[in-house]
Amino acid sequence: MTPVLVTLAGHFALLSLFAIGGANAAIPEMHRLAVDVMHWMSDRQFADMFAMAQISPGPNVIIVTLIGYHVAGFAGALVATAAMIVPTCTLAFLVARVWDRFKGARWRKAIQGGLVPVSIGLMAASAFVVARAADQSWVAVAITIATAAIACFTRLNPLWAFAVAALIGLAGLL
Amino acid sequence: MLPPNVQSPVKQPTLTELFVGFVGVSLSGFGGALPWARRMIVERKQWMTAEEFNEAFSLAQFLPGPNVVNFSVVFGSRFGGAPGAAVALAGLMGPPILIITGLAIIYSYYGDIAALGRILAGISAAAVGLLIATVAKMAWPLLRAGSMVPALLAAIGFVAIALLHLPLPWVIVVLAPVSVAIAWIRP
Repeated sequence: MTPVLVTLAGHFALLSLFAIGGANAAIPEMHRLAVDVMHWMSDRQFADMFAMAQISPGPNVIIVTLIGYHVAGFAGALVATAAMIVPTCTLAFLVARVWDRFKGARWRKAIQGGLVPVSIGLMAASAFVVARAADQSWVAVAITIATAAIACFTRLNPLWAFAVAALIGLAGLL
Repeated sequence: MLPPNVQSPVKQPTLTELFVGFVGVSLSGFGGALPWARRMIVERKQWMTAEEFNEAFSLAQFLPGPNVVNFSVVFGSRFGGAPGAAVALAGLMGPPILIITGLAIIYSYYGDIAALGRILAGISAAAVGLLIATVAKMAWPLLRAGSMVPALLAAIGFVAIALLHLPLPWVIVVLAPVSVAIAWIRP
């Protein structure tokens, strides 16, 4: 493997095991790595990739496929995706075998309950980091607030908010 | 490994059904695949009861890494061991990877075009809003219960990552054991 592929594999494999709360909890670390440390892309490009991962079907974790492709083409896409998925899936497979045996155990409840605030903090940090990259005008801030309100207080499919936001962007109002 | 749920009124998927089922989840799962996984597994196929689904998903959620991806492995292995886990994972990830690679190629050619940039700028602003809503829904039960300690722990995690830009592994290695210990002491 070329050095850049090794870097991708190492960072995403590590990230995979520390992403408590899911792929979105690891967004700031991906941003830190891709924009601040490795200078693979600009803030704007990172926000673009976040947007593409959100609007394409499937788990949001596929943002790593985009980052990998951006850095090292098809090989990068493959390596980044596998690195992000294989360690945690192996862990899931192993834990699933014993998990139900400890149903009701106090330590199991402590782990589950204890990780909830951690994942909330990480997800909030993700929202903050992506908001700083994405919300660079008052109109963009308004779109963010409106979408959050729609998703919180209505049962409307958020796809509509995305479609309207895309049109506002296309019209050059941002 | 769990015995198959002989006692519960659920049906047993074959490997092919597992694969096709998770392809369906992956293609309909916009903005998080969880509601679609629940709809397929509990309501349409009746492979699990609602309680079994919640139990299996809570495991997938507390494990690190993408929740729905973990869930596909937990679910697949329950019904088909390692091959079951592999086909469920392949079904969930295969189509999205192909689609996103297509988008990546388009972006690498046209990412500099102003119109595409403006569209993505609008969408990313909306996507942030969706993420904020997810965080709010997760945080609401904590806030409503008035539990100060978990709220403080979440706030520390936020400050460490968002404002101090500390590396994620450091933050987890310190914060997660503290938080679990507190949950152990005061359940």
